[in-house]
Amino acid sequence: MDAMRPASILPVETRGLVFETDGRRLIDGVDLVLAHGPVTAIAGPNGAGKSLLLRLIHGLIPPTAGRVLWAGHPLDDAVRRRQAMVFQRPVLLRRSALANITYVLKQRGVRRTPARHQAQQALSLAGLGHLAGAPARVLSGGEQQRLAVARAMALTPDVLFLDEPTASLDPASTLAVEQLVRKARATGTKVVLVTHDLGQAQRLADEVILLHRGRIVEQGSADSFFARPQSPQGRAYVEGRIVL
Amino acid sequence: MQDFAAAFGLAFRLIASAEAALAEIVLLSLQVSLAAVVVACAVGLPGGAALAVLRFRGRAAAAVTVNTLMGLPPVVVGLMVYLALSNAGPLGVLQLLYTPTAMIVAQTILVAPIVAALTRQVVEEMHREYDEQLRSLGVGRFATIATLLWDGRYALLTVALAGFGRAIAEVGAVIIVGGNIDHVTRVMTTAIALETSKGDLGLALALGLILLAIALTVNGLVMALRTTARASAYG
Repeated sequence: MDAMRPASILPVETRGLVFETDGRRLIDGVDLVLAHGPVTAIAGPNGAGKSLLLRLIHGLIPPTAGRVLWAGHPLDDAVRRRQAMVFQRPVLLRRSALANITYVLKQRGVRRTPARHQAQQALSLAGLGHLAGAPARVLSGGEQQRLAVARAMALTPDVLFLDEPTASLDPASTLAVEQLVRKARATGTKVVLVTHDLGQAQRLADEVILLHRGRIVEQGSADSFFARPQSPQGRAYVEGRIVL
Repeated sequence: MQDFAAAFGLAFRLIASAEAALAEIVLLSLQVSLAAVVVACAVGLPGGAALAVLRFRGRAAAAVTVNTLMGLPPVVVGLMVYLALSNAGPLGVLQLLYTPTAMIVAQTILVAPIVAALTRQVVEEMHREYDEQLRSLGVGRFATIATLLWDGRYALLTVALAGFGRAIAEVGAVIIVGGNIDHVTRVMTTAIALETSKGDLGLALALGLILLAIALTVNGLVMALRTTARASAYG
């Protein structure tokens, strides 16, 4: 199967991406390129359009104008199958933790026995091995989000989108999720992370895209962004002032 | 009043002795209604889920129609099935009138819209939650329907039980298409109607009590299912 796999679906590129609803322009002409490798954080205040941008790139919603190109091609099923997304509030199936992962593997055509094996491995990687048989929806918030990340990682996606994955988690759970994200990166998965948490962006990101009112106001390596932000919004963000 | 007490006494004796005639009626009732519920679920579960998930022209009209059909008067269904199955009707050649099969057909028509309408509600609510995640995973429409049906299994079991409750208690349709023929198509409700009009309150009451017990059992099952589902957060 891997032999059939084209080299990469990356880079993903947006050209003049616009999204409007009820006459309001929420994403306003975004051009960006996300290449293989670095962890990219899309940062910005609430309402900047971060989650929306992530959904547009992932292909969950169609843009009003503009295009999203995966290695030069529009999204198709094959490309979709090589991406995964974790939502701010994890959507777990009404099944056991293990079955949540075997489900997605079976959807990808993995047979029952290898699917169980891989799912067990994914659970162990997330430190949830002992909870395999537990109903997913009675797990704690942190465990649920780790399960959601483990489930996405079990698909070994080329790109993993994370939409504020730790927004409602305590520090210990946040740490556990961040460790998982590092593991994903280590296996060669491109991680695109939406966060409004400055500390998280600093801890995880190699590259930062600062979004403000639907536009990119700054984009660059994490080191230079945090050391010398160029835009007024970037400076305000890094200095911890409130960005409006 | 003495008649009343005597009737109750007779009813309990009939039930306690599990009299053959009584057992036959109860068994046939269960067979007919269970078969109707199975067929209605085979149609109504995927049908209702499809209405909840698929986007097509006329979807709203279809949903309104199914909701309206939930309240079909049993006698009207009985009449329609009677017309279809009578010798002069389009399905007359099948010679099904006054058979348990005709009763199953009538009850299926009564129960299927209930199952479909309630399934649509259950699945639509779950779909709102699952939609983005399943689309993100690239799960196709029909796999989505299957996923939602499985994840809604507890709620949908109570839907099936609601359908069974409707079928087992219904008299209007089965009396028209079944004819209440002794040893052939006599079920609990039609027997109660007949025995009451004959003044044989003992048998009528015995059957009535059994029917009540079945209703109690069904509702008990629904409660137990809900509790189980809640405990595992699957509800």
